[in-house]
Amino acid sequence: MNVDFIINFTYIISAILFAFGLKFLGSPVSARKGNILSATGMLVAVLATLLSQEIISFQWIVLGFAVGAGAGAFVAFRAAMTQMPEMVALLHGCGGLASVFVDWAEYHVNPPIGDFVTTLALYLSIVIGGVTFTGSLVAWGKLSEKLPGKPILFTAQRWINMLIVLGIIVGGILFFPDPTNYPAFLAIFGLSLILGILLVIPIGGADMPVVISVLNSYSGLVACTTGFVIHNTLLIVVGSLVGANGIILSIIMCKAMNRSLTNVLFGGFGAVVKRSADTTKKEAKPISVADAHLILESAKSVVIVPGYGLAVAQAQHAVNELSKVLEDNGCDVKFAIHPVAGRMPGHMNVLLAEASIPYDQLMEMDAINPLMENVDVAIVIGANDVVNPAARHDKSSPIYGMPIINVDKAKTVFVIKRSMRSGFAGIENDLFYYDNTRMLFGDAKEIVQSLAAEFKSA
Amino acid sequence: MDPLIYLLFILALSIFLGFALITKVPPLLHTPLMSEANAISGITLIGAVVAAGAHLQSGVTIFLGTAAVALATFNVVGGYLVTERMLKMFKKKITK
Repeated sequence: MNVDFIINFTYIISAILFAFGLKFLGSPVSARKGNILSATGMLVAVLATLLSQEIISFQWIVLGFAVGAGAGAFVAFRAAMTQMPEMVALLHGCGGLASVFVDWAEYHVNPPIGDFVTTLALYLSIVIGGVTFTGSLVAWGKLSEKLPGKPILFTAQRWINMLIVLGIIVGGILFFPDPTNYPAFLAIFGLSLILGILLVIPIGGADMPVVISVLNSYSGLVACTTGFVIHNTLLIVVGSLVGANGIILSIIMCKAMNRSLTNVLFGGFGAVVKRSADTTKKEAKPISVADAHLILESAKSVVIVPGYGLAVAQAQHAVNELSKVLEDNGCDVKFAIHPVAGRMPGHMNVLLAEASIPYDQLMEMDAINPLMENVDVAIVIGANDVVNPAARHDKSSPIYGMPIINVDKAKTVFVIKRSMRSGFAGIENDLFYYDNTRMLFGDAKEIVQSLAAEFKSA
Repeated sequence: MDPLIYLLFILALSIFLGFALITKVPPLLHTPLMSEANAISGITLIGAVVAAGAHLQSGVTIFLGTAAVALATFNVVGGYLVTERMLKMFKKKITK
């Protein structure tokens, strides 16, 4: 048996392990096993590749392994759960750049002269890879607040973007007939790096879940095109899996915000939303913690709606405490999670799981909404737009049509909020003025803690 | 058969496989799904290993290959470890 056969056979096993890894993520019971299978697939693929007779020296490989594994383990153990989005963004960027470097090294020794398809794959790789790298770095900067989260806009932005795209196309026209044209190669890559920055800086912090999903898809696509450049089947399989993953998550996020992908990436930029001036003076009804406790004490079912504000206030553990005392009081407690709660798809679930809240208490929006009318108390913590009833009835509202959690249908709604300021998108929330709504003003963590304390002292 | 057709064949089927598998993942696990997908996209490591071990003709390729191995390993190790850390936290309710 020759070595190539063994290597390629191992790749088939790896592909199967990767597929099972994703399949087992279908349930939280089997998910960990899936991750281990997937990692095993990766390990055997790399070990098999090391058998390749093309490899004549191991010193640089070992150096790369040591640096990458050390840095990877360091960040992975240090990152807090609230920092997951920026961690994932950083990983996307590194993966994208790694693929470009693989293409580049191959190109340097073996330019695809007279091979149109490989040239095309190479061209797409360096463009998408370049955009993925710098785009992910900007996303990382925005999410970790090293860069301002607000959209950065400047004059003639669209024209400059178009010029760069044009430059990339012209570079391609020069590159295709003569792939040995090294300056064209470098120019295409350089322009793609700039394009990546320009594409992400005008996108606001609230739209980052979509941006991360799109970049996830790109990092898959680069792996895929790299597979065509170096004629590697496993890269193509994996690249397609990851590409599909990013596309599906992007679509889910966009649907949850009732916006199109084009609108998020190129459109309104989630920048300034004009609010129609409301002339009628409305009055929100505040409630004290002691009174809120009395209502909660007689409640049979409570739904807690967490938003990202909950994580900002570090109130996850306090919420778990409150949920426990409510349950001890014979009350049924559920958490209603909106798909865009948090800074990346599924982020809120991770934050609540970290606070030891069992996952069978976490409900999706579509599962909880039909039950909302039978809920005694809905507690909104750090969420705003995702519970705004204007999305259902007010056609003039910028969020009209967005699916929301119908907390207003519950018998009583508590909203825990610092002040009457409007939410992330700057939209007035009618919910605060509903007859069944009571406002608990203050820091989310303190209020939740004192609510739980009331139960214990009673 | 033209090797290109064979690669395109694999591409087409893999895209279907991806859609079929990923639509089954509940929103509960979307964050770990993304970090695991991210980790497997580090599969470019197998290309990087060849670049760093075989293309030793010039300093440029040695640099590119070694950097690619480091970046892809970072992606793989970081991705799987954070996924493991997250999945470990998901617990079912203990019925009293």
